[in-house]
Amino acid sequence: MDILNAGVALLNFVVVPAAAYGAQLALGALGVTLIYGILRFSNFAFGDTMAMGTAFTIMVTWAIQALGIAIFPLPTALIALPFGIAVTALIVLFTDRIVYRFYRRKKVDPIVMVMASVGVMFVMNGLTRVLIGVEEIRFDDGARFLFSVQDFRAWSGLTEGLSLRVSQLLTLIITALVCWGLFVFLNRTRTGKAMRAYSDNEDLALLSGIDPDQVVRITWIIGTALAVIAGTLYGLDKTFKAFNYFQILLPIFAAAIVGGLGNPLGAVVGGFVVAFSEVAITYPWKKVAGYLFPDWQPEGLLQLLSTEYKFAVSFVILIVVLLFKPTGLFRGKSV
Amino acid sequence: MSNTRQAEASSPWRGVLLFLVIVVLFVLEGSVRNAFFSGSWNTSLAILNMGLISAVMALGVNMQWGYAGLFNAGVVGFLALGGLAPVLIATAPVPGAWDAGGVRLLLALFVGIGTLVLAAQVWKQVDRHLRVWALIATLALGFVLYRWLFDPAVTAIEANNTASAGNIGGLGLPVLLAWPVGALFAAAVAWGVGKVALGLRSDYLAIATLGIGEIVVAVMRNEEWLARGVKNVSGIPRPVPYELDLQNDPGFVARAAEWGLDPATASGIWVKLCYAGLFTVVLLLLILLAELALKSPWGRMMRAIRDNETAAEAMGKNVTRRHLQIFVIGSAVIGLAGAMMITLDGLVSPSGYNPLRYTFLIWVMVIVGGSGNNWGAALGAILIWFLWIKAEVWGPEIMRLLTMPLPDGGLRSHLIGSAPQMRFIAMGVVLLLVLRFAPRGLLPEK
Repeated sequence: MDILNAGVALLNFVVVPAAAYGAQLALGALGVTLIYGILRFSNFAFGDTMAMGTAFTIMVTWAIQALGIAIFPLPTALIALPFGIAVTALIVLFTDRIVYRFYRRKKVDPIVMVMASVGVMFVMNGLTRVLIGVEEIRFDDGARFLFSVQDFRAWSGLTEGLSLRVSQLLTLIITALVCWGLFVFLNRTRTGKAMRAYSDNEDLALLSGIDPDQVVRITWIIGTALAVIAGTLYGLDKTFKAFNYFQILLPIFAAAIVGGLGNPLGAVVGGFVVAFSEVAITYPWKKVAGYLFPDWQPEGLLQLLSTEYKFAVSFVILIVVLLFKPTGLFRGKSV
Repeated sequence: MSNTRQAEASSPWRGVLLFLVIVVLFVLEGSVRNAFFSGSWNTSLAILNMGLISAVMALGVNMQWGYAGLFNAGVVGFLALGGLAPVLIATAPVPGAWDAGGVRLLLALFVGIGTLVLAAQVWKQVDRHLRVWALIATLALGFVLYRWLFDPAVTAIEANNTASAGNIGGLGLPVLLAWPVGALFAAAVAWGVGKVALGLRSDYLAIATLGIGEIVVAVMRNEEWLARGVKNVSGIPRPVPYELDLQNDPGFVARAAEWGLDPATASGIWVKLCYAGLFTVVLLLLILLAELALKSPWGRMMRAIRDNETAAEAMGKNVTRRHLQIFVIGSAVIGLAGAMMITLDGLVSPSGYNPLRYTFLIWVMVIVGGSGNNWGAALGAILIWFLWIKAEVWGPEIMRLLTMPLPDGGLRSHLIGSAPQMRFIAMGVVLLLVLRFAPRGLLPEK
């Protein structure tokens, strides 16, 4: 039994990728859940907001690269990120002004808001296509690895290797910082408290003199910032392809619902729950099992589900939560 | 929603007028050749056929949204499920596929479904303290047994004549029989999803259906034993004559010559007209049934539930039950459309199932046409489909006109080049405008 090699393989193929992916989902789910908590609808345009924001970030990145500025070993996209967020936030605020505000004032059924967000999704999707096209784009300059498989093998003398990509570490650090900042903001500052009050009980919040327009504005800005950060990190980690951002909508919604819609802490936990289940269920466990039980020669790859069905995992988690705990793990908004 | 649906007098001529507009558009497409129209009846009829199928899809979505206010974000999945039926029913059997692993495969699917049913029973019957563990044990055992049966069967079937088949094959029955079967496939899955997601928040259904849509398409893409996955199944039998047979038929060639058409064009037009007739019959039949249902006590109950769930519940109506019913019926209609589409194409190509095109565009059709009104949904579908297809041609032309003042160069060619993508923006804007300024659509509900 070779616990050390098994552990390293587990780290390399499951824990590290799942943690990075989980962090990206957590950021996205935070955005969805905040928008849900304050504006009270599931924003179907969120995936395309991520894509559009990332497209802006990539374009600014190209401009910065053309100027010859780089922050090696970090990717240039990091400098471009604030610009991407600013442009996207302006567009989203404009969208709120011309689309959502009307329905909000009329207090329509949430499902009409969802429908409106489908319209916004179409427009944003088209904008992204016009801006940057539908092909795969890599924009991760800077160093690729913090340490690679070969480095680790030489250092540790183990047969199994472990690598850590810069984008993965960056994802984890940025996510931690953003979550910390967001929770401090929500719990300590006046505006953050106003947002929570508005989310808990709209009428009572209005009665105590909270400006609803400001709360909505701040929510859109934060939600968009989260979307663009998540989108850019996802793009750095994998590649940028507009359609992937539509597909990632499902795991993000699943994460938000698992954690309890409207509950920020739940969204973060939900993101990691979904990511770890997805990676663990689609990982072929044969290698790890081979180290743990050298005498056992299993026939298959010991893969519970092939990678193509990773979306099925978020779906099943979603169904399980809906069946047994519709309000989510952390009490979110109920039915 | 009730405030947007108040009856206001709308002219009875509106529908007729819209219908005429659509007829004029198709006639222009068929007869005028310029930068905007192709002037080919073959193209015009091809657009019409897909428009008629879109109308059937829109009818299904309209039942769910217009009658009951249910948001189905997985139309593409139900459509793909329906498309499976022509493959499994109408294509010729693959020699050796059943012997390779057919029985074992059926057994595996039976075990899979049996496990879920058993798990539900375990959850209901077993004592509170034990039931979580009993449930997990049942599911784990069922999964292992399922994989033990399923994996070798799939390997055997896919190994059978991989180059040209490698799938389980069809039954060789008439293709028209596949249409209701497609509806059944979609209905069965809709029942499962609805059972879980209905009765909770309205957007949970939207998210759950979004998921099932993705999964069905993923299954179609990866399960080669089913419909050859991305290798596509082609040559699905047709309910109408083949162009080549017509061209070899002297009687047909003579008649085509009478009309002054060459045999190739004439055969294409004739085949498309046959399809159009078939689809129109199905569409009209569905609209008739839907209208009859809507005028019956059942239809009044559905509208009452949609307009005020609480009041309807107080009257003793089982809202969740009725929602499940309409969700299943609507999905069945979408499944039917999926089977029709595959019959028209003669080809299953899972990579073509794009949610924007097959879920959200159908939504635009329904909203624009008039949610709650069957004629409106059908008209909206044909109109939007026509515009969607033509926008690919019109976009660059319009963009060329708009960018006249710009110098020839990078920006102008980029704008013209990406103009076909602008139709996504156009559709989004149309949806938003209709939703806001005419929420009842072109043909409002009476």
